[in-house]
Amino acid sequence: MSSQSKSRVQQSTAIALPRGTVIVYTMIALVSLAGLVDATYLFVQNLAGETAVCGGSPDCFRVLGSVYAKIAGIPVAAIGTVAYFAVFTFATFAAFGYQRARTFLIVTVFAMFLSTLWFLYVQAFLLHAFCRYCLFSAAIIFFLTGLIVATPQRR
Amino acid sequence: MRRFLPFIIVALVGFITIGAGTMLYRAKRPTTLKISEEKGAEREEQESTHARGPARAPVTLEEFGDFQCPPCGMLSGPLLEIEKDYGAKLRVIFRNFPFPNHQHALEAAYTAEAAGLQGRYWEMHDLLYKEQANWSNAPDAKQLFVSYAKMLGLEMDRFETDIAGPTVKARVTADQERGKSLGVNATPSIFINNQGVPPNSLNPTALRAAIDEALKEKEKPTS
Repeated sequence: MSSQSKSRVQQSTAIALPRGTVIVYTMIALVSLAGLVDATYLFVQNLAGETAVCGGSPDCFRVLGSVYAKIAGIPVAAIGTVAYFAVFTFATFAAFGYQRARTFLIVTVFAMFLSTLWFLYVQAFLLHAFCRYCLFSAAIIFFLTGLIVATPQRR
Repeated sequence: MRRFLPFIIVALVGFITIGAGTMLYRAKRPTTLKISEEKGAEREEQESTHARGPARAPVTLEEFGDFQCPPCGMLSGPLLEIEKDYGAKLRVIFRNFPFPNHQHALEAAYTAEAAGLQGRYWEMHDLLYKEQANWSNAPDAKQLFVSYAKMLGLEMDRFETDIAGPTVKARVTADQERGKSLGVNATPSIFINNQGVPPNSLNPTALRAAIDEALKEKEKPTS
């Protein structure tokens, strides 16, 4: 077997990981579940039309009802739900030793981190309003990014 | 077995998410409100009702709004356009439904009603929505309301007396009572010919479609 095809096989199959690394990936998976709950709740609110009115929820949705809450007609909350589910999936597979999942996980969390910076800017400087669910999600993503950075890298 | 475990975990979380999301949506799904015939806008119209458009217009759009509610503010411009486009075919009624968690909403409703006592309700209504972003976050919105009254050329002594008087309070309370009796719990809440518009349809395109539908219904020959 050539060395190239050998490494391809290694990437797609599970390998044994040090205990510390498994714990970090498991933590990432568990933390992403909190984000998944948050994003799913916001997505359902959007589907139910609650973001288009005042009074249905404790807050008036200056943030979630704004033009920034949709990208090409797709609610950001829907994209967030998919992204958190992807993080959970990749982290779970990474914890079981799937190397390729680790790469996908890093890319996804990094993309979410950049999106979070943009949405924090929108809330602070364009809308002058903060949505607590979005802030909760931002906190989760910062934490996830921290965990990713702290994960020991295998060579 | 260990090989399949991550697949099983991910699939399980996926199913739970979809299931919980569906259940939550079912619980939150808005019920479409309907105004019964005896409570219909045309029966309820009194001297205090603020309406634009002919009384015998085929379509009546009744809105429950809060001047400090951003979605109401966002919808006010498109609603004006709709009013212009449909002309004599549409009658628009506005009712106050200020929420207590909106700091200046009640005062704004009183301001509009006080302007109404001098025959300038709609001018104040439009101005309050146009200027919503300015007064909503102002520490002393009352000062701005007074300046709007001056802009509209209202008699200021009378305005100051009216805004604190029982008449405007009674009018706002009457609107709120009507809203509550119809099951209104969010703003904007819109009824077109007594049929509630779902929150997801509170956009210009869907509202126009609902008005067109109501017009078609009215044009149908009655057997």
